[in-house]
Amino acid sequence: MENLLAIIIGAIFVNNFILTRFLGLCPFFGVSKKTKPALGMGIAVIFVLTLASTATWLAYKLILVPLNIQYLKIIVFILIIATLVQFVELFLKKANPILYKALGIYLPLITTNCAVLGVALLNVQENYSFIASVVFGLSAGAGFTLALLLMSGIRERLELSKVPKAFEGLPIAFIVAALMSMAFLAFSGMIK
Amino acid sequence: MKQGNLWELAKGLFKENPTFCLVLGLCPTLAVSTSLDNAIGMGAAATFVLLGSNIMISAIRKKTPDQIRMPIFIVVIASFVTIASLIMQAYTPALNKALGIYVPLIVVNCIIMARAEAFACKNNVIKSALDGIGMGIGFTMALSLIGIIREILGTGSLKLFGINLFSVPIEPAMVFILAPGALLLMGLLLALFAHIRNRKYEKTCCEVKE
Repeated sequence: MENLLAIIIGAIFVNNFILTRFLGLCPFFGVSKKTKPALGMGIAVIFVLTLASTATWLAYKLILVPLNIQYLKIIVFILIIATLVQFVELFLKKANPILYKALGIYLPLITTNCAVLGVALLNVQENYSFIASVVFGLSAGAGFTLALLLMSGIRERLELSKVPKAFEGLPIAFIVAALMSMAFLAFSGMIK
Repeated sequence: MKQGNLWELAKGLFKENPTFCLVLGLCPTLAVSTSLDNAIGMGAAATFVLLGSNIMISAIRKKTPDQIRMPIFIVVIASFVTIASLIMQAYTPALNKALGIYVPLIVVNCIIMARAEAFACKNNVIKSALDGIGMGIGFTMALSLIGIIREILGTGSLKLFGINLFSVPIEPAMVFILAPGALLLMGLLLALFAHIRNRKYEKTCCEVKE
């Protein structure tokens, strides 16, 4: 139980996926201009990360390890993730059109989000148990959403403030992210 | 605009530099640029994958059905990443350990997919190969630039494959080796390039993707 708590705190604060591991930077800078789409993206990422974490763990332990073909994990994982995202999209379209409309445009983007493949690979690297991988996927998504929401809040205010011409757009966003990342450094050392 | 073969090679270096002009492939750029060694290793691996996948995708472009081209690209890219990763495990285990999960993550590096989609599936094999090499070298250069600055500021010296090139008498600022330093440096570099661009009144390239 304590172990799970360490995974949760670790994935959300100490090793935040965006701010210390640099996974999923593209959506972080792409979708962080307004709070509302940022929230939509965040929820979609939590959803997909948890599912992908579960599916890839099962595929690795039940198929790749028994057959002794672990070296194929990159190809297998990326295909699973791509298929999974497609399935989720199809399923949501039929089952929950409102949610589909809210998440719709973000879902395809998630396939190429390195955070998803990153979670799958980290699960293998850390040799997590099934429960631990699911929890890790969930909390990694939560950490992603937290950083994305904070960032979008700051960027909304940033729109109204005066920024030197050279820093307009992405450069200032990077500086903001650097300051946020520095703030998150305060969490390091909380676990091990 | 010239369209010769040399241009395909050269454009990736400056005019369409994947990192600074197109702002693609950020995750590995920032994560593994803690030192020059890591930067070069990552750059070499990415160049290998870019070259291989560009050639392969270009060679099969006429046989690829349009609807399922994305999955095909992904499988081709993932195969080359697996090859690169196995080679690194066998011959450069230390580097492989330093780069960690970022080697397999080359699969989802947007640069490679972007070149496959935008260039390799429309051009012949030679042009695609040159494009791949050019983009790869451009990526390596950008990575090395960030790596050099971070290593000098963060450790006070510059090493290349274990040989100390030079040391600077400054108090090392640890923060540049850590995550915030990478973001800060990237922001400052992008601002510098934007500044140079503004002064040149150039509007042709480098429409920063938002």
